[in-house]
Amino acid sequence: MRIVVQEAAFDLGAETAAFAAGAAGAGAVVTFAGLVRGEGGLTAMEIEHYPGMTEAAIADHAAAAAARFALTDAMVIHRFGRLAPGEPIMMVATAAPHRQDAFAAAEFLMDWLKSRAPFWKKEFRDGSGAWVAARDSDEDALKRW
Amino acid sequence: MTLDVLYFAWLRERIGLPRERIETQAATVAELVEELRAREERYAAAFADLRAVRVALDQRLTGFDAPLAGVREAAFFPPMTGG
Repeated sequence: MRIVVQEAAFDLGAETAAFAAGAAGAGAVVTFAGLVRGEGGLTAMEIEHYPGMTEAAIADHAAAAAARFALTDAMVIHRFGRLAPGEPIMMVATAAPHRQDAFAAAEFLMDWLKSRAPFWKKEFRDGSGAWVAARDSDEDALKRW
Repeated sequence: MTLDVLYFAWLRERIGLPRERIETQAATVAELVEELRAREERYAAAFADLRAVRVALDQRLTGFDAPLAGVREAAFFPPMTGG
């Protein structure tokens, strides 16, 4: 399992190809990428994390996903620092013998990442920043697991 | 005991620093928060509403009633908003 927390951009296509190449025999690979939304005049987003805890928490949860959904592999890449609209923030990839497990595990990982992984987003509009508040809908999404 | 205390996101901004090393006799997270609140207005403002604050001890999420014995690092932050 590959867990990466980095400031640099990542190549979605290259990462997906490399993950799929390493998943030989799995049968199903699902990927999801989250991009910075450019809505409402957003000019930039800053993402803060907790070095050490963030990586460890994601690794713990990826291991839980692997056990629960019979994954053969999983990958999470999440960026921090200043990002522009349209830039990829993060991606998850899952590999499993069958697509149901790969899809479900990707959603399970995403629902957890939205509200339990130590990241905090700040949105900038017209030069002023505002911290993104936690959403009840993200909390509700987690409850279904 | 000596404790490294870390602040993230708006807690870091309100308190004005990302981390500090403190000496404390607090037995629990709640007692530590009371000590910090009593220090200065900026701490009182940051910890005004604990429903908006999460805590981790040695990089594990926990609650405000958690004991501090043996802990080296405490971190305070708002609910996470990753993904």
